[in-house]
Amino acid sequence: MNRIDSIRAGELRAVARALTCVENDSGSREALIDELFPLGGRALVWGVTGAPGSGKSTLVDRLITRLRGRGSRVGVIAVDPSSPFSGGAILGDRLRMQSHAEDEGVFIRSMASRGYLGGVSGATGDAVRVLDAAGFDYIIIETIGVGQTEIEVMGLSDLVLLILVPGMGDEIQALKAGVMEIGDLFVINKSDKDEARKIRAEVDYVLDMKYAENPQDKNPVAMTAAALDQGVDDLLEAIDAYTEKLRSSGRLEKRRRDRLSAEIHRILAEKIESQVRGWLRVDERTQQWVDAILDGVHPPYRFIQKQLDSFFREAKVR
Amino acid sequence: MAKTIRILVAKPGLDGHDRGAKYIARALKDAGYEVIYTGIRQSIQAIVKTAIQEDVDFIGLSLLSGAHNELFPGVVDALKKEGAEDIIVFGGGVIPEDDIPGLKTRGVEAVFTPGTPIQDVIDFIEAQRPRIESR
Repeated sequence: MNRIDSIRAGELRAVARALTCVENDSGSREALIDELFPLGGRALVWGVTGAPGSGKSTLVDRLITRLRGRGSRVGVIAVDPSSPFSGGAILGDRLRMQSHAEDEGVFIRSMASRGYLGGVSGATGDAVRVLDAAGFDYIIIETIGVGQTEIEVMGLSDLVLLILVPGMGDEIQALKAGVMEIGDLFVINKSDKDEARKIRAEVDYVLDMKYAENPQDKNPVAMTAAALDQGVDDLLEAIDAYTEKLRSSGRLEKRRRDRLSAEIHRILAEKIESQVRGWLRVDERTQQWVDAILDGVHPPYRFIQKQLDSFFREAKVR
Repeated sequence: MAKTIRILVAKPGLDGHDRGAKYIARALKDAGYEVIYTGIRQSIQAIVKTAIQEDVDFIGLSLLSGAHNELFPGVVDALKKEGAEDIIVFGGGVIPEDDIPGLKTRGVEAVFTPGTPIQDVIDFIEAQRPRIESR
């Protein structure tokens, strides 16, 4: 069996190796993704995000159990931060999901962010492609604990669950800071804690204001206590209903098209950059350029523009 | 650029003492490796499935219960059965000196006992790098 057939058959090692290939950006990555692309597009992709310690992994663990109960196969990509100093990482998200370790219908992969700043890793999008082609019905991306800018999971998922918890300081700050614009569904986890109702009220307040004109579009809010396995069935029901709404309104289709257009722009930018850099021999000439600019011979923008102009002139001739 | 080495640190069997495992996980992170940590009381099957899904280069097993002669080679054998014998297994914990040669002949490539400087573990890992990169 060749690599693609093995991945398609969901063969563990082949899927794992393909994920390593995209993660390490090995030479065969582009060919791999191109071959897998037509096989995908069937999985529903959920992003799960929220502050560190909000219970993301535990909630994902409970959701896996429910999805398995329906007979669905589940792939999980759990992202943790790389150390900016050593480049190493401790990837501990799957600690809370190890009850599924022996289940053939669940594939969990931990990824380090490797310096990427969007709350995911640079390879997460392609990793989703691999799991999609391997036939997983649901793919869950668990992000690094989210701050206010780690919102890239929105661009990778069909829908995003934003996990909020009581006792994380001045709750309303988070709402003001725009974190709430990330989520499709808001999950208030640790609902057994006293302040959970207060958060719920605040979330409702913000959403009611936002959707004063069209209340039917208000995002669903769910209360869970994942560690106690409470509220998870209701959450799943809300996710299903929301997915149905996304589908019937054509928004799911639109999101996927938007995702692909962002992907096209990224690939284009990457390719242009690497080709122009190679042609201009940027790596070996940078120090020379620094000297030229520091010496006051050339101002930076005009200097770089000159280099580019000469590239484009040459490219036209060829 | 050198390949990022991935290591699963796991505790098989029933003992619940994970200080050593957590210490080694941290130290390996600080040495620049990606460490997947799965916690205590892992079955051999769970360890092997995890190692394959995570596509790790090494499995580091930590054990203080005395069952190392069964559980460490058990992991090696289960890897073989899954066609993943290229994953390198090493162990640590309270292991009597007399048991170490036996463990090595059964495929546990290195055994680190209490008091081992962390640099020894890193040296062992780095010594395997050519093997890993040629895979």
